Amino acid sequence: MASKVIHALYIDDDVLMDAVKKVRSEHYQIEEIYTPFPVHGLDKAMGLPHTRLAITAFMYGCVGLTVAILMMNFIMIEDWPQNIGGKPSFSYIENMPAFVPIMFELTVFFAAHLMVITFYMRSKLWPFKEAENPDVRTTDDHFLMEVDAGSHDVDQLTNFLGGTGAVEIKVIDKEDDNH
Amino acid sequence: MYTLSNRLRLFSFILMIVGGIGLIYGFLSTPKSVEEVKEMMAAHDAHGGGHGDSHAKAEAEHGGEHADDAHGGDAHYEHTLHQLQNKPWASLYVAAFFFFMIALGVLAFYAIQFASQAGWSPVLFRVMEAITAYLVPGGIIMFVILALSGFHVNHLFVWADPEVVAHDKLIQGKSGWLNGTGLMIRAAIFLGGWLFYRHFAVKFSRKQDEDSEGNKWYKKSFKWSAAFLVFFIYTESMMSWDWIMSFDPHWFSTLFGWYVFASLFVSGITVIALMTIYLKSKGYMDFVNNSHIHDLAKFMFGISIFWTYLWFSQFMLIWYSNIPEEVTYFITRIEDYKLPFFGMLVMNFIFPLLVLMNSDFKRVNWFVVMSGIIILCGHYIDIFNMVMPATVGESWFIGLSEISAVLLFLGLFLFVVFTALTKAPLLAKGNPYLEESKHFHY
Repeated sequence: MASKVIHALYIDDDVLMDAVKKVRSEHYQIEEIYTPFPVHGLDKAMGLPHTRLAITAFMYGCVGLTVAILMMNFIMIEDWPQNIGGKPSFSYIENMPAFVPIMFELTVFFAAHLMVITFYMRSKLWPFKEAENPDVRTTDDHFLMEVDAGSHDVDQLTNFLGGTGAVEIKVIDKEDDNH
Repeated sequence: MYTLSNRLRLFSFILMIVGGIGLIYGFLSTPKSVEEVKEMMAAHDAHGGGHGDSHAKAEAEHGGEHADDAHGGDAHYEHTLHQLQNKPWASLYVAAFFFFMIALGVLAFYAIQFASQAGWSPVLFRVMEAITAYLVPGGIIMFVILALSGFHVNHLFVWADPEVVAHDKLIQGKSGWLNGTGLMIRAAIFLGGWLFYRHFAVKFSRKQDEDSEGNKWYKKSFKWSAAFLVFFIYTESMMSWDWIMSFDPHWFSTLFGWYVFASLFVSGITVIALMTIYLKSKGYMDFVNNSHIHDLAKFMFGISIFWTYLWFSQFMLIWYSNIPEEVTYFITRIEDYKLPFFGMLVMNFIFPLLVLMNSDFKRVNWFVVMSGIIILCGHYIDIFNMVMPATVGESWFIGLSEISAVLLFLGLFLFVVFTALTKAPLLAKGNPYLEESKHFHY
């Protein structure tokens, strides 16, 4: 089933922020906002939940630390505890200072890379992905707000959006599956 | 304007008096002669047979080594006597330096805020200025203690003892730097420079309040801060050699100055945070919001990790190469000071790492206060670990004289700092970045 959405274009981020607040206070459903650059505070104005990426990074870091400890404990202490330059390879703790640089680096490595990959997966980004850009100008100097028009009076909604400072308003018939 | 409450004044006086009495008792109860040490140790050994046995064995080995020594078995007791006589002096020194370094760390932080033209911190400037007021009495006390030790009134610095130097080639080679007169001259230069900057920075800040036209005084402050930071990093490094590293005159480390700097910097920032939270809770600093606290907590977190980085860099390089003349420094610490040496890593690294990592926790006052207190205790133990092994050795104990010395200086610190707070309005209203700082939001 095709659904109706309205694309409202703005040319100023302050106007956009005000518009977002007005649209939300009228309880219209904002589907998406496209901006050429990060607009500070936009997520808060839209009421988006806080990201949990930092929490995943902490957990990935713990995984990296564990990998480093288990790896070096097996290689250096359990599998072949050689005497290398008189370093005490009797137990992990006795030789730990020598392992700390690797423990640190693997913690950072796992935390950083797995967090980035998580980000790509959550935001559905990959090299041959088809761009989901509704209007090419939004990557340059325009801001686009996509409002769900499904159960509302379209004329009333376009008038309302015009009042919030939109420079251009389009009504779009959108297939459900291309979103 | 802040007014010093009578309760706080009374509290700080009680701390000073209790600490003073405890410290005097600590001085009076040190053994005066080898005989007293023998008595004390005999009484101590009577408690536990096992400990006595091991002690007797150690002594037998010791006696064997010094078979040619005319003193025979007494050499060990004489050694212990010196350590026990050093104990109250060393606890006085550790506490005096600890509170002095807090004020110094805040001064460095204050200068950095000016030199970097930070937009978030001007609302905290009056708190920082008040904390640095402790530099004056604290610096004078440090100077007096250093003079007493540098001219061998006590045995804190072995290099100050002419008899030791006469038999020690290594210290003889360093005596061009390590001598009482040199120590005093350098201490006078360091303290003079720091107090000079402190005096004028505070003066400019007050003048800027009255006359903010053209930001004349602010610009002066900016230039002076930049110059001070250059002076500071040289003198702080040399100060750490003179006042801390020279306790072990046979040992040296190149990053020691940075290591001491990290310790004093993080303690200073922590005290700014604690003072700000206290004053805000009393309703004196309503212009401070939780983003300021968040930023201070972020600094506490970051500099704690910086401290750990330097601690580990110093430890690991020496542990790894294991060169005998260097590694003794850590061997004595690990053998005799195992709990404080590794305990401070938990307090200064693992605890702040886990508590202050979360962005939300950094805005919660009691989280910041709790981790701040742990960080301050951890850095006291850090200084303790730097000073004690060379002065009291295995006879260390955090007992009456250590706690009394901390209480004495804590009382003095609180009294001086909160009295200084009453001298000026808590908002540096002439600062050009004040509006930005008031609306600071992270």
